[in-house]
Amino acid sequence: MRERHPRSVNFEIPRYILFMTYFSNIKTAVSTVFEGMTITFSHLLREPMTIQYPDRTPLPVKDTLPPRYRGFLCVRPEICTACTLCQKTCPIDCIVIEHSKDEELKQRVMTRFDIDMAKCMFCGLCTEQCSTGAIYFTNEFEASTSNIKDLVFKFIKQGEKVIPYKIPRKKKPAAAAAETQAAAKEKKE
Amino acid sequence: MQPFIDQIISECEILQGLPLWFSYLIFQLIFCGIIFVFVAVFAMLAGYAERRVAGRIQSRIGPNRVGPQGILQSLADGIKVFLKEDIIPTHADHILFRLAPYFIFIGMFLSFVAIPFSSQWVIADLDIGIFYLLAVESLVVIGIVMSGWASNNKWSLLGGMRSAAQIVSYEVPVALTILLVVMYSGTMSIQGIIMAQGAAPWNWNIFQTPFLFVAFFPLFMGSLAEGNRMPFDMPEAESELVSGYNTEYSGFRFVIFFFAEFSNLYLIGALATVLFFGGWQAGPLPDFVNGLLGIETPLSAAIVKNLVELCVFMFKSLCLVFIVIQLRWTLPRVRVDQLMNICWKYLVPVAFFNLVVMGIWMVVVPEYVTDIVALCMTACGVLLLGYFFYRVAWQLKNTKARLRFNPLS
Ligand code: SF4
Ligand code: SF4
Repeated sequence: MRERHPRSVNFEIPRYILFMTYFSNIKTAVSTVFEGMTITFSHLLREPMTIQYPDRTPLPVKDTLPPRYRGFLCVRPEICTACTLCQKTCPIDCIVIEHSKDEELKQRVMTRFDIDMAKCMFCGLCTEQCSTGAIYFTNEFEASTSNIKDLVFKFIKQGEKVIPYKIPRKKKPAAAAAETQAAAKEKKE
Repeated sequence: MQPFIDQIISECEILQGLPLWFSYLIFQLIFCGIIFVFVAVFAMLAGYAERRVAGRIQSRIGPNRVGPQGILQSLADGIKVFLKEDIIPTHADHILFRLAPYFIFIGMFLSFVAIPFSSQWVIADLDIGIFYLLAVESLVVIGIVMSGWASNNKWSLLGGMRSAAQIVSYEVPVALTILLVVMYSGTMSIQGIIMAQGAAPWNWNIFQTPFLFVAFFPLFMGSLAEGNRMPFDMPEAESELVSGYNTEYSGFRFVIFFFAEFSNLYLIGALATVLFFGGWQAGPLPDFVNGLLGIETPLSAAIVKNLVELCVFMFKSLCLVFIVIQLRWTLPRVRVDQLMNICWKYLVPVAFFNLVVMGIWMVVVPEYVTDIVALCMTACGVLLLGYFFYRVAWQLKNTKARLRFNPLS
């Protein structure tokens, strides 16, 4: 005959044990509720964890961000070379640059530099491409607005013409090295 | 109420010219208006206080922007709800749907007729006040079932049904406990029950005998369940029933539900205060305050006396209201079967046992023994309170919590 599993043994719980569970249930209920009340009451005396963002933080949140934080993009048109590398690398085409040959000035000018921050995913590819550091991330991040068009940042005003920056022609590597050596010597003395 | 009105009339020349019934009518209307305002203001402030307490218990701050420290938050919410469209579902039973909130509100509001605020300030001191209170509070269940049924929504219907089952069941331990207190005080009038107690804690009903102490809990839990408060808020269990019986309501009708809920919160505290904590009994305090202010005329003396008693009563009820609020943020909701278990297997037997034993006690035990027991019970109560705060301190120390005692930050 197969042995029965001990758990399946059908034995009657004695009456007095049931009676005791009745009272132990009451005891558990009372003591746990009491304990729970002490815990919640102690929480009334604790410091709240809330950070009251935007206006009641000890420092403005903008100032507490790390230096390499990726906030809104910003462009310094005066050092932009209008190479349009940023426009070409941007995977979602947020950047629109328009540049053309100006008849009066007889040279290339930029007439438009828009970045649609509503589309931007802050990947940072554009800033890595830029040879002059004209396009960079700021600490600004509060983008809520009632009109999504407000998030198209225009760095060149309508009708304005900006002459692209020209990187000074690089010296020959040897000459450059000599110059730095001279500079180092000067510093030593 | 009548003695107080008589006193005012005897002091005031203009009122003496009017017929007596007319001035009575006017005064009763004024007091009804005062109570209406009281209920509205209490509901607003309780809603605010509840959210602040909830915030601190959950390590948050709670609403603190609207008005100084956010005290006008409920007002802002009220205005917002008022401006909502008043929607009646197409397939709802229109008449019942409109009628239900008034049933609930009337049920709550009628209770205030018998609830005293001080020795003379009570709308009507009925001889069967406590009986009246039980009867009137049951009117609420009709409103809840009605709103649940008329909404033609399964969540509302389930909420209404649960509420009916719950209120009908918990009426039993509550009624038994009230019967016990009535038996002990020898009167059914609410003022009579209060006057049978005294100002000092050892004269309160709760500390008279161990059985009366135990009897407090069926009453308290029963009123929690009847008021649909946590942990017995099955009818409006948010996670299961959206919002229960008031799911389909919006606009002004929803505000009525909100008012009813919070005035009921006060009723829970006031009922327990009346039955177990000595009501408005202030002992020598009113005379002391009168002496301090140097008040001579009987009318102003009476007003000051009533004011002091009002403060005492409010203090006790609001402490209990605070406990109710704290319980809400402490305990999880019970299941429906657990709810019925608690009522029928635990509260009803305990209430019956207390009733029988107290009956025997009153016959057998001489007066002076009861007095000694009352003193011992009071000492035990104080010790229990002390142990509570000791445990609170232990919790704080054990978790190395950072403290902030200012309740407003
Ligand atoms: S950060 Fe990325 S997504 Fe945004 S503009 Fe630059 S390249 Fe485009
Ligand atoms: S911002 Fe930089 S990458 Fe973009 S066009 Fe100007 S120079 Fe080129």
